[in-house]
Amino acid sequence: MSTNTTYLIRGAKPLGTEVTDILIHEGTIAALGAGAATHQLAAEATIIEAAGQIALPGMVDLHTHLREPGREDAETVETGTRAAALGGFTSVHAMANSNPVADTAGVVEQVWSLGKRSGWVDVRPVGAVTVGLAGERLSEIGAMADSRAAVRVFSDDGICVFDPLVMRRALEYVKAFDGVIAQHAQEPRLTEGAQMNEGEISAVLGLAGWPAVAEESIIARDVLLAEHVDSRLHICHVSTAGSVEIIRWAKSRGVKVTAEVTPHHLLLTDELVQSYDPVYKVNPPLRRQADVEALRAGLADGTIDIIGTDHAPHPSEAKECEWAAAAMGMTGLETALSVVQHTMIETGLISWADFARITSSAPAAIGRVADQGRELAVGEPANITLVDAEARWIVDPAAMATKGRNSPFKGLELPGKVTHVFFHGHPTVRDGKLDTPRITQES
Amino acid sequence: MKHLLSTLDLSRADAIRILDIAEEMAAVGTRQVKKLPALRGRTVVNLFFEDSTRTRISFEAAAKRLSADVINFSAKGSSVSKGESLKDTAQTLQAIGADAVVIRHGASGAPARLAATDWIDAPVVNAGDGTHEHPTQALLDAFTLRTHWSALHGHTSSGSDLAGMRVAIVGDILHSRVARSNLWLLRTLGAEVTMVAPPTLLPHGSNVWPCTISFDLDATLATGVDAVMMLRVQGERMHDSFFPNTREYSRLWGFDDARLAALDATDSGETIIMHPGPMNRGLEISSAAADSPRSTVLAQVANGVAVRMAVLYLLLSGDQPRPAPSDAIRPAGL
Repeated sequence: MSTNTTYLIRGAKPLGTEVTDILIHEGTIAALGAGAATHQLAAEATIIEAAGQIALPGMVDLHTHLREPGREDAETVETGTRAAALGGFTSVHAMANSNPVADTAGVVEQVWSLGKRSGWVDVRPVGAVTVGLAGERLSEIGAMADSRAAVRVFSDDGICVFDPLVMRRALEYVKAFDGVIAQHAQEPRLTEGAQMNEGEISAVLGLAGWPAVAEESIIARDVLLAEHVDSRLHICHVSTAGSVEIIRWAKSRGVKVTAEVTPHHLLLTDELVQSYDPVYKVNPPLRRQADVEALRAGLADGTIDIIGTDHAPHPSEAKECEWAAAAMGMTGLETALSVVQHTMIETGLISWADFARITSSAPAAIGRVADQGRELAVGEPANITLVDAEARWIVDPAAMATKGRNSPFKGLELPGKVTHVFFHGHPTVRDGKLDTPRITQES
Repeated sequence: MKHLLSTLDLSRADAIRILDIAEEMAAVGTRQVKKLPALRGRTVVNLFFEDSTRTRISFEAAAKRLSADVINFSAKGSSVSKGESLKDTAQTLQAIGADAVVIRHGASGAPARLAATDWIDAPVVNAGDGTHEHPTQALLDAFTLRTHWSALHGHTSSGSDLAGMRVAIVGDILHSRVARSNLWLLRTLGAEVTMVAPPTLLPHGSNVWPCTISFDLDATLATGVDAVMMLRVQGERMHDSFFPNTREYSRLWGFDDARLAALDATDSGETIIMHPGPMNRGLEISSAAADSPRSTVLAQVANGVAVRMAVLYLLLSGDQPRPAPSDAIRPAGL
């Protein structure tokens, strides 16, 4: 293995525009454009031939379930971050619903240091809003914020912070640490036993419905709370047309709200549940085609700020069962880029520059990740993902790096292949395969 | 037809074929020797994850009358109660050599999972899954309706459908697999269906169903119906605020003595009263209604065996052209 830290990417098109050579040296972008190949450092550089490929800022996921500690049978930080790297990511936020819950500085530092040790992406732990995700008492938000993990995103994801007073206090409290509350919007009483989107299909299938209003009513409440206390609110996995409308309204009032949508909600609908195959069981559930269209439109017009994968690996036995007994969740890290390209770029709704915003700069800004989501410019950290946008591939969960085999895209042909990923100047992925992790000293 | 999972995907031709064969099977039930050799050497497993003595013994009687070996598997007290998965149970049955699986399960779609996966190859019969479907119940109801309808019109039932028949299905539609299966099958067979229920007990999204929806039982009865199908109401529903209490439910949506008297005053027995059982007498149906000459409750039970014989026969003897009745339906030992 070479110890060379200089790379010359030749022929790539940053954000899909003009061909521009990119010179990377010691973790940063040293030169761009015509001067890169003739730069004095280029002579010793490892050449990456990327003719026709698109260069993007490394993707940042605000919503990943890495399962460690506690459910290492489902995923580990190591396997999850390998999947992330292969999917084009250079940073992921690890959700707090591990076991033990990430509600103390100890747990978030553990996850943070597991991420450092793995070295595939920056792992940014998310802290729980409430102790044990129980929705009652605030967890040690300040201690987590001040820990080595420097937590800025707090979420009880998987469970809604339902108590309006607890939500208000959380929104207020995180202001002291420039934090944000990422809400899993789900009215618990309206979704008791819920199995799928409530509508015409649930009526026929006899599966308990998860109504859109259960999401929308919480979002409506929380944007008003965020406005009242002037705090940052982030809405996880927006899934309904009505939610998009409420967020659009809130933004027009100047509420500090941001929102995310998952790749699967941009493509799949509740019609798939007719198979009763639990690979389509997810929370929030797959919705109607009209919701898919509204989510795409909301993402295109900026109402929805970012893509969050909600990557949720499960062991096979959690899905090889009857629908009601199955776990909710889908893997997503290794398909996110392709699904977004398919649903948003190939439909003409957004450009690759928009893609860079919704998958990199905006999520990094929400999560306050300083050295991610940056421009591809000289002097910036070299977090770069190269994509062969012309390539097409057939999704095969068995070939993925994640432990989870629960991809709802199994068998689909999708566009776009991640070819190379540079993580702080280090190639974690080369020619579509994992290369080596970036090993650093733990500080 | 490889499986019987729902009536939604049951064709009119297959439905009528089942009903016609069931008529021949019903004739067997009236003989002294109630047994046919058709499924001799075949093993039918009744895989019951939910307690349902009525449905289980109906399937058991049906399989035994066709000379099949029957294994009854009840989840209670079995490996399932020790945490065995549906997959492992199915693979165990496959290894034992089950030729058909009759499954009752509390989870909607469990039979569809058995049919779709490679856990087991045998034909799967849905004997009721969650709040999804109960196709053999709908078939036995259709059989009962067809017998009544053809007698009323003086034509032979075999080969006929339910065109023009008006059926009201009354009660807890939301939680009823019987209501769903009946809706699809009755529509396939040409009947008109009205669902009568409190709005809380109609599924969200049922507004697009091919039926009339009514909140008013008396108004529906006043328009004239040929059959009223009363659904069982779980008393515990009132704890979930579906309705205030059982007395109010009974007053508004129960087939009580007053409604029976009103019906008796307008026709001379053309309208039948059905119930899939088990009944809550005094809640959704009064004793007078349940025991009246209009009631088909016991005929439904008898027809259930015949319909299930027909289903097992069709699934287990393959989809080849049906042999002449004289070959297929010969009492054992002849």
